Order: sequence, then C-alpha cells, then structure tokens
Amino acid sequence: MTETLEAGETQLAPPQTIEKVSIVISKGSLEGIYPGLIMANGARMEGIEANVFFTFFGLDAIRKNRQAKIKVATVGNPGMHIPTLVGALPGMPAIATMMMSRQMEKLDIPPVGEFIELISDSGCGLYACKATVDMFGLTKDDFVPQVDEILTVGEFYELSGGGEIIFT
Amino acid sequence: MTETQIELTQVERDAEGFLADPAQWTRELGVEIARENGIDELTDRHWLVIEFMRNRYLETGNAPSIRSLGKESGVPVKELYQLFPKGPAKLAAKIGGIPKPHGCI
Repeated sequence: MTETLEAGETQLAPPQTIEKVSIVISKGSLEGIYPGLIMANGARMEGIEANVFFTFFGLDAIRKNRQAKIKVATVGNPGMHIPTLVGALPGMPAIATMMMSRQMEKLDIPPVGEFIELISDSGCGLYACKATVDMFGLTKDDFVPQVDEILTVGEFYELSGGGEIIFT
Repeated sequence: MTETQIELTQVERDAEGFLADPAQWTRELGVEIARENGIDELTDRHWLVIEFMRNRYLETGNAPSIRSLGKESGVPVKELYQLFPKGPAKLAAKIGGIPKPHGCI
C-alpha cells in the first residue's frame, strides 16, 4: 500500500500547498461574515499567511458600533426555510441570531468582536476598503483597533501578490 | 545516532508525522518531533502549550480549539504563533504525540 503510493508520488509533481490567501468579506449579515473569518483563522492555524479585506457591508464586522449588532438575514434568505413574511416579523432576526450564536458558542466559535481579535493576534492582516470607507463617510476611528489600514483596491492586489484571493 | 532518534523511527506515525498511539509518547520524542518541524529548542512556554494540549486530549478525547488554547493554556494567542509559527494547535499536537486536531476553530 505504502509502496504503491510512493511509486505514484515519484511520477507526479510534488503536492501543491497554499502559502498565502487574501479573503474578501463583502456582506454584512452574520452568515455573510463568519465564513470569511473562519477561513482566515483556519489559514493561520495551518501556518498560511492570511489577509482579510472588508468591503461594502462587510465593513460592519470591523466597525466599533456595528460589530455587536450583526444579525442573521431572515428575509431574502432561502436557506432559512421560513416564509419571507414570517422572517420579516419584528424580532425574527434577533431570535435567529441568538439561536445560531448559541450553536456556534457550543462549537467554540467566538462572537464577531472576539473573533476579529483572535484573527488579528494570530498575525492575519485586517484591512478596510477605501472606496466603501469614503462612500459611507467613515474614518479610521470608526473601526476597531485591530484594523491595520484602509487600502485601495490597487493596494489590496499588491498585498495579495503571490497568493490566492477568495471572495465571500 | 542517538537513542531518541532510534526511538522515533521505531514508533508508528501517519503520513504527516503524528504518532499513531499517544501512549507511546515521551518528552524525548517530543523534542525530536519539534526539531523535525523547525523548532530547535523547546522552552518552558512551548511545554506549557504542549502539555495543555496533550492533557486536554487525554481527558476529553478532543484537542482544544485555538480559542480555548489562547484562553486557558496560560499562553495568549499572539505568543502561541510566535512559539509555533507554522500553526500552534497542529504543531503542539504533533509534538505532544496526540492526533491532528479536527476542529475548524
């Protein structure tokens, strides 16, 4: 078994590894933000260099006064399997968010604010998109201290050189 | 060849170098595995993390997440990555002779 594997390996190119990733988070709902954060943290856990670029409503994940208010989208989200009108009832997003947060806590997935700290401490770069920052009339003061810089798209590509870019 | 190197070749390991049987682990083996993975010297801070990982695994059957490692091991996340740049949870598990952690966090 091991012999055939080794024989195969000599004929094939060495296995490819990922050394660097840049992850774009563009959505501001809970389910829009978490996948990118989990992927960024997971990359660092594997020793992969990682950067996260927050754009459009994805910026909520790093905004001081929005971080704690991130909710699951209960309207326009077929994955929720509840009728749109029910999803639109007052309190529905809060209930869905509470249920999902409780489930995530069980899996040791931290709330957004703590997750951002964890990712920053793990050496991942965190950046805000300049176009969105200007559009929303924000400044660096609107962001949590873990944010490294506000970058233009060009600077983001420069930073991502030699790595993979993942858009979420 | 030193005695510990012979030991490391004698124990069963998977393709990535994780020990097949945590019971076969010794600190000396841990030192050898660390060297294989680019950590030439294991400090007290390294051992704090390695022992925390190993004890938690032996107690619960699961390796801790990076979150609880940072909160409960006594070594903060920033330092974890300084000690084990190629991935604290994965490397500390390997050096501590326990299986590769399977959580996503």
